[in-house]
Amino acid sequence: MSPRELNNFNQDDAEVIASAGIDLKEEKRSASFLQQDREAKFSRSLIAGVEILRIEDALAKFPEAKEYYGSAFKSLGRDYPQDTEGGYFIRVKKGRTVELPIQACLFLKAQGFKQKVHNLIIIEEGAKVYLITGCSAAKSADEGFHLGISEFFIHKGGYLNFTMIHSWKEDTSVKPMSIALVEEGATFVSNYVCLRPVRNITMYPTAVLQGEGGRASFNSLMLSHPGSLQDIGSRVILRAKNTQAEIIARAVSLGGKVISRGHLKAENKEIKAHLECRGLILSEKGTIHAIPEMESDFRDVNMSHEAAIGKINKEEIEYLTSRGFTQAQAQSIIVRGFMDVDVLALPELLRKEIVSIEENTLRGAF
Amino acid sequence: MSYNMLMEKKDNLLEIKNLTVEAAGKTILKDIVISVPKGEVVILFGPNGSGKSTLIKAIMGFSGYNITAGEIIFAGRRINDLPMEERVRMGLGLIYQHPPKIRGVKLQQIAQFLSKDKKAIKELSNELSLGDHLSRDINLDFSGGEMKRSELFQIILQDPQFLLSDEPESGVDLENISIMGSVLNKYLQKEGKAALIITHTGYILDYIKAKRGCVMIGGKLWCVGNPKEMFAEIRKSGYEKCKECHEPQRIE
Repeated sequence: MSPRELNNFNQDDAEVIASAGIDLKEEKRSASFLQQDREAKFSRSLIAGVEILRIEDALAKFPEAKEYYGSAFKSLGRDYPQDTEGGYFIRVKKGRTVELPIQACLFLKAQGFKQKVHNLIIIEEGAKVYLITGCSAAKSADEGFHLGISEFFIHKGGYLNFTMIHSWKEDTSVKPMSIALVEEGATFVSNYVCLRPVRNITMYPTAVLQGEGGRASFNSLMLSHPGSLQDIGSRVILRAKNTQAEIIARAVSLGGKVISRGHLKAENKEIKAHLECRGLILSEKGTIHAIPEMESDFRDVNMSHEAAIGKINKEEIEYLTSRGFTQAQAQSIIVRGFMDVDVLALPELLRKEIVSIEENTLRGAF
Repeated sequence: MSYNMLMEKKDNLLEIKNLTVEAAGKTILKDIVISVPKGEVVILFGPNGSGKSTLIKAIMGFSGYNITAGEIIFAGRRINDLPMEERVRMGLGLIYQHPPKIRGVKLQQIAQFLSKDKKAIKELSNELSLGDHLSRDINLDFSGGEMKRSELFQIILQDPQFLLSDEPESGVDLENISIMGSVLNKYLQKEGKAALIITHTGYILDYIKAKRGCVMIGGKLWCVGNPKEMFAEIRKSGYEKCKECHEPQRIE
């Protein structure tokens, strides 16, 4: 596919891809990558200082890519699947600030296809970048499977704001595996949005704050449809002094099961960490299971968590009804408010886009 | 005044006839009779727990308040069994005493639903010092006074014909009471408006014109009279005095 052909999907596919935050016209993006099933169809960077290419090409071209590959998993003593096909390599050069987001799309098209990718994201010293990845499944991709391994390396003083939007189908199974290594003074922000139906998602991304002053935040908005199981967590290991972490999750169950995990582990002193999970159950068949964990071997830490699960407060519905909203409108406003995009830490451009994606996806969902 | 005469009185906007209300299995209001014509403001006094808020909630149609006897007639229609949204459409509106906090729902969203007039929203929000609150989650981390100003702000935009208000001034500092009082008064002066207002502090009486006040004690209405005079008496002697000088009242 030549660059011009990024915008060459049939209308159905284009809509699904766009629903995962991908701008097929590349108007407001600085670089793009798209893989359909096993085939990397497109990769292009529109600005200097940003490399984006197939992982196989990067491993062939850059000797240092081999050193990065798998190293985040090894650093935690973890295994990872070796039978991947494709994935992307993104590197932002030292000191670069990239205003427009980089985008990467992993798209399931063929029926029953099992997509397994391995991605490397390297943010060099002092670089600052927004990355949005959209993962989606075409109507044709029945019984699809997606395994995504991602290794993030955020070097000293670097900043990565990573937004992942899942837009699957009711029979898709998904297993992302991610580790982010965050160096001194660097920041990793992860925003996760999953509003469409899916069969099964299991993920527990981990950020390791290994340099002093490092920060990580994980923010998630999840809508759980009947028949789905979403076992979704976030873990931050605060390995160095003066590091900070925040995990915020909002889950709404329309009848599916959500397991919302969170784990904060203090391995050094003078750290600050907070974990928050709020769940709203709209159907009697829905389940939300919040499992917040905090661990510390040190006294000199500041760690806290709050979790709340329940149905919509009747008082809130009546309040809006007393202002003239119908009961149904009141419920919808409260649920949308609960799934507030401002829970995510987004730049203004992406915020607008995701508000509009959320509006389109939630229209008629409850 | 007999009931027949009461019903013939055409400009009564709200008529409450022998109303008995139960909440959580307990009878809270007993045999309440009160009517409010167009253009009139009635003030409701009474000690804590006397049933004032229950009356307002029953009129508004909140869940959990069961009418076991009597009728509520609004604009000539029996509304006992109407859902709240229908009552709101007919012209009832409420200023909450303790409004709930709703995460993620912005004051601005509600304001824009209540009024399409962006200029009016802006002017009124400035007048009530709520300019910065429009983009905030409603009532979340609002001070007591901010909540009350936000309640008044919303109700003015909503523009109901009949206002129910549960202690509009409590928690408001003196400076803001005069602003709120004048905004509320301007609204009540509009053609055809009527209101039932609960007050504890009585401050609001300095700003609005109310002909009648009444006292609720133990789920019954007792005294009726000029609200300013009544309030002065209550301040002096407390509520027990009210019981001594009158039998339970039908406030017609």
